Amino acid sequence: MAVITAAPATRTTRLGPSTLQITYRTLLRYLRTPQLIVLGTIQGAMFLLIFRYVFGGAIPIDGGLPYVDFLVPGFITTGVLFTGMNAATGAAEDLQQGFVDRLRSLPVPRLCFLTGRAIADTAWNTWGLAVTAAIGFAIGFRIHGSVPDAIAAFGLCVVFGFAFEWLFIWLGLMAGTPQAAQGMALLVFPFTFVSSAYIPVSSMPGWLQAFASHQPITYMVDAVRSLTQGHAAELLIGHSTGYLVSASLLWALGFVVVFAPLAALKYKHS
Amino acid sequence: MAPIIEARGLAKRFGKTQALAGLDLTAEAGQVVALLGPNGAGKTTFIRMVATLLLPDQGELRVGGYDVHRQAAEVRRIIGLAGQFAAIEPAMTGQENLRMVARLFGQSRRSAQANAAAVLAALGLTEAGDRLVRTYSGGMRRKLDLGASLVGAPRLLLLDEPTTGLDPRSRIDLWDAIRTLVGQGTDVLLTTQYLDEADNLASHVVIIDHGRVVASGTPSELKGRVGGKVIEVHVRDRADLPQVAQVLSRSGPGQVRIDQGTRQVGASVKGGVEGGGRVLMEALRAVEEAGVAVEDIALRQPRLDEVFLALTGQPDSASPAAAGTSHR
Repeated sequence: MAVITAAPATRTTRLGPSTLQITYRTLLRYLRTPQLIVLGTIQGAMFLLIFRYVFGGAIPIDGGLPYVDFLVPGFITTGVLFTGMNAATGAAEDLQQGFVDRLRSLPVPRLCFLTGRAIADTAWNTWGLAVTAAIGFAIGFRIHGSVPDAIAAFGLCVVFGFAFEWLFIWLGLMAGTPQAAQGMALLVFPFTFVSSAYIPVSSMPGWLQAFASHQPITYMVDAVRSLTQGHAAELLIGHSTGYLVSASLLWALGFVVVFAPLAALKYKHS
Repeated sequence: MAPIIEARGLAKRFGKTQALAGLDLTAEAGQVVALLGPNGAGKTTFIRMVATLLLPDQGELRVGGYDVHRQAAEVRRIIGLAGQFAAIEPAMTGQENLRMVARLFGQSRRSAQANAAAVLAALGLTEAGDRLVRTYSGGMRRKLDLGASLVGAPRLLLLDEPTTGLDPRSRIDLWDAIRTLVGQGTDVLLTTQYLDEADNLASHVVIIDHGRVVASGTPSELKGRVGGKVIEVHVRDRADLPQVAQVLSRSGPGQVRIDQGTRQVGASVKGGVEGGGRVLMEALRAVEEAGVAVEDIALRQPRLDEVFLALTGQPDSASPAAAGTSHR
């Protein structure tokens, strides 16, 4: 057998290169599971079509905004949560299948599992965003603001996706098994549906409005809607685009600040 | 040379289960140590501690002279872990898996590539190296898992039940692979539930039960204490059992056990392995003279439960086989 040469005797492999390895392997895991790509795309397209053509006709929007222009920004934004559920099941699988054990027995920084996963999951999420946006355009969604604003909206969604990954990775590590992780990730439903994503908050009962208009997803959806629809959306929402963008970014920051340390702590003791 | 593993008074509790209860163990460098014990004996807990995945509640553990708690990074640099569950990425090829682990060890792209190729060749996986692991058989996965623990050129290889659940052919294959490594001077700590596995691979065997060391020594030392092989007589008529037991105890062997359920009498042979054949002949003759109808008579290795019985004077409680026999 050829001689195996050991690495130079540094103490621990640096964070950058080790993160890169985890990112690469996590992305391959997504890319080489065609079912995930095909089903994810079909599922997204199906729900978008159902909302646009089945429910859409019954949902009036004040201020003359077409429902498709109201819906698509909400749909794209909440899409990061649905795609993000993959991060929860993925992290749980890594724990269950022994990948985390192997990694923890290697001379790498503890953080590299989390950073590697978060980056790969965000990249995966960005792909999902692009696909949803393309379908959105295909069914009649149009931008009524400036192009830089629209690009900023897309960037904002990527940032939201990144922020939510930490929540999902933490959930996945807490759950321990992919099935349990999927169950916990269902928490996504009340937050996405009780928001301004698919219908105007003003159509909900008063007590629900109180929650719907102040929860983070509404701010995020409204920021994206405002950036893509310009003045008409601002009028409808009643806040300026700048305010919505800042508020949603603060929420995103809050998610990272809370859930990244929680995930790190859970990883350390798993 | 300093011992590769030094454990003193290790204790670990998970809720109500005392996984380790004051385990002391010293493993000298330059040998293969097998940790033998039934399910729940504490084998995996111990190996996870050596791999820095778990901290002891009490006691001290040094690996290669480094403390697993305070110098975990140094320990991780000199160990390679292959687990009970093959921790390799199914969506990557064999080659990609090994390259990733090598890179995580801090190796350059070029040396990771070379080491991955060398390990694949050593394990006879060169041809399968470009296929996704998803398409591998169970035995190939275990081999690759073993390979992943090797690309970092570890001083100490940790193998947690390396062949559990494998078919006999893959098992022997994997044993060969492990033996080749040992020939190259890697220290190995492996856990197993199988006596023959410890016998085949290890130069030193540590038997543990209930989180403590029950006995340790070379395989032949331990076998000497257990009484070497076991003669097993399977009779046609249950009524003949006492008579066969009497005959077997008269013709020299040691401890005799009767199993009513399977109509078998087992007797351990005193005096090591060499005496086995002679004692078997004698027993055969004696049983024939007694006029007992015999279905089968055989000389075999003692089972784990018999080793426990011999070494501790009581059947190991965790093993269903031992529990079953004692109730009959």
